[in-house]
Amino acid sequence: MESTITRLLSGNEAIAWGAYDFGVQVASAYPGTPSTEILENLARLDDVYAEWAPNEKVALEVAVGASLGGVRALASMKHVGLNVAADPFFTASYIGVNGGLLIVSADDPGMHSSQNEQDNRHYALAAKVPMLEPADSQEAYEYVGRALEISEQYDTPVLLRVTTRVSHAKGIVKRTAGRIKHRKEQGFVKNPSKFVMVPNYARRRHDAVEERLIRLQELSETIPINRIEWGRREVGIITSGVAYQYAREARPRASFLKLGLSHPLPEDRIREFARGVKQIFVVEELDPFLEDRIKALGIPAIGKERLPICGELSPETVKHGLDGKQQRKAVSPAEVPPRPPALCPGCPHSATLYTMKKLKLTVMGDIGCYTLGVAPPLEAMDSTLCMGASVGMTHGLDTALETDPASRCVAVLGDSTFLHSGIAPLLNIAYNRGTSTTVILDNRTTAMTGFQDHAATGRTLQGEKAPAVDFEALGKALGIDSVRTVDPYEMKEMEQVLKEEVEARHSSLIVARRECLLLKRGTRKAPKTVDPDKCVGCNLCLMTGCPALSRTPDGKARIDSAICSGCPICGQLCKFDAISHLT
Amino acid sequence: MKRHDIFLAGVGGQGILLAGEILCLAFMEAGLDVKKSEVHGMAQRGGSVTSHVRCGRQVFSPLIPEGGADILIGFEALEALRWSHFLKEDGILLVNRQKINPTTVTSGRMEYPSRIYDALKKRHPGMRIVDGLKLARRAGDGRTVNSVLVGAVSRETEIPEETWKRAISKRIPEKLVPVNLHAFELGRGR
Repeated sequence: MESTITRLLSGNEAIAWGAYDFGVQVASAYPGTPSTEILENLARLDDVYAEWAPNEKVALEVAVGASLGGVRALASMKHVGLNVAADPFFTASYIGVNGGLLIVSADDPGMHSSQNEQDNRHYALAAKVPMLEPADSQEAYEYVGRALEISEQYDTPVLLRVTTRVSHAKGIVKRTAGRIKHRKEQGFVKNPSKFVMVPNYARRRHDAVEERLIRLQELSETIPINRIEWGRREVGIITSGVAYQYAREARPRASFLKLGLSHPLPEDRIREFARGVKQIFVVEELDPFLEDRIKALGIPAIGKERLPICGELSPETVKHGLDGKQQRKAVSPAEVPPRPPALCPGCPHSATLYTMKKLKLTVMGDIGCYTLGVAPPLEAMDSTLCMGASVGMTHGLDTALETDPASRCVAVLGDSTFLHSGIAPLLNIAYNRGTSTTVILDNRTTAMTGFQDHAATGRTLQGEKAPAVDFEALGKALGIDSVRTVDPYEMKEMEQVLKEEVEARHSSLIVARRECLLLKRGTRKAPKTVDPDKCVGCNLCLMTGCPALSRTPDGKARIDSAICSGCPICGQLCKFDAISHLT
Repeated sequence: MKRHDIFLAGVGGQGILLAGEILCLAFMEAGLDVKKSEVHGMAQRGGSVTSHVRCGRQVFSPLIPEGGADILIGFEALEALRWSHFLKEDGILLVNRQKINPTTVTSGRMEYPSRIYDALKKRHPGMRIVDGLKLARRAGDGRTVNSVLVGAVSRETEIPEETWKRAISKRIPEKLVPVNLHAFELGRGR
């Protein structure tokens, strides 16, 4: 392979190429926007082991093990994934590494596809590990190499923190190296006082971590990716990540301190920079992470009083913040109907959710496409907290409301989400003699993030054959009293089964199994059509929220044959036999 | 070579991300720095999709500032209107002649703006409507609307036609290249 190739790459593609070129041998991840494409791209390259793990905790543990075995390793995840992986993350900081260990956290300011917008820079501080923040694809590529070197030199995991506008922005990347192998001469060498974190050993490791932080801070003072760009001296801007790009555009002639290694902070460089300019601005997305610590050095700085904490930054919010002017309201067009994302035509989830709404169930929801069922007209979702939370929350709610009719409650989560974090809470229901009902919306894929395989699809990340989890057998093995399987398209049966299991005084697992339609493109059935003579305009069929259905001006239903999947959902709802296949 | 900020707006499934990619490849081949930004994941399920494409000697922000786009390509009329505040006052507005109802309209809760092309024209009197679907079908495949629109926007740049064609050939599966090149030519006009 050529050693220098210039290509247009997203930040995620650049991280994958960085991992490849700088010798990562083992990579593990669970899909999550905006991080998913890192592993997908790495999996296409030869000579790297890449896998989907059931969740981020497992992914990180795999990477830690590989690192101890002497190879360079990577675990990537979305910001909330690091919450799941926080347990190994904090103690991996004590254990340190053998081969370089890189953890990629892709944060989602603005919550384009997330349930919160936590700022994961706090994790680097809390776990006392160094953190690098690239500002574009080229830096994403290079920082992977730097991070792995730092990891090995300083015996520490390294956090590479990116955001949506780095991960999903494309830019020109020049590869600086072909693949370089970095296997340590020695593989795993027993060292209990470093690897076995019993209190007595862990106390000594904590001392080592504190001592490491001091050395890392010295590195932070001299590392070239923490660079001062002197410009005019009236304003000095301290910034990191994509915020640097917005600030550079807003103030091309100002002085900049751009932090590539933003934890630990280069305190002396910051003081030097502050002495050289009249006024310090801190431009950063989400929390005042840099600002608070710069102010703690006794340096007056302007930051979050001018820039928002909530939401992602943009070139205009940064410009207005630096100008000190109220943001001019952009003249956006009035009264434009929103175009929210929706469940696809023929989506099996919409049939199941419709039936739950019809039965007036309380639906503890979860993270996946089906979360879109909260929108009208379905409005069939009463909570979404985090991956797998539906099951534990249902048990809690059922327990609290034991005698209340509102306890007609179900947990609803997808197949991939169930494997991620749903098994332990289902076990909890069985073990504690709960009577809750859990419904797995099993569409045989991880749909929302772009159809990744998982442990129940029978295929690996590379598409190779693998054992597939049997949900029904698993439910029984955990001790669930009643395990049933229903095709969501059989809406009468689904209604009956849901009714029985919700009312029963035992624990239940319902597997609502039908493959996601988007997996079967090209096998579409003939679209449906509405007979206007039979349609009375009751509009019941519109209640599933199918994007192919609409109302004509005279109140009757109409089906857009261009996007109709030909599924049997709306036909089963029609009491007037007005819906049939287009012939 | 001039700098261009091009904002693409439409509906998931219209080929917006691919069109953005082809614009970038053409600018890259012309020796310019490029950046492009878009959002994946939940936002794509039939929702509004945008792509920011920027090129010039050196590009910093991957996002175009509001009111900063030189060109806005509306793949769908309502989306052109929704995002029209990203276009400069004297910017170029290209709108594909196509309306796709959002679920807020199909469910009968809201109405698709009547006289939407008039509303767009009022904001940007120089608006050009492109008959994307008609030209794509004439090229031989209704799915080549995005190549028609790339053709239409290519006229607004100094990049030679051959560079555009190379970018398309690079990025599109081989057997679909001829029909997409034809669609590009029809969009570009002679």
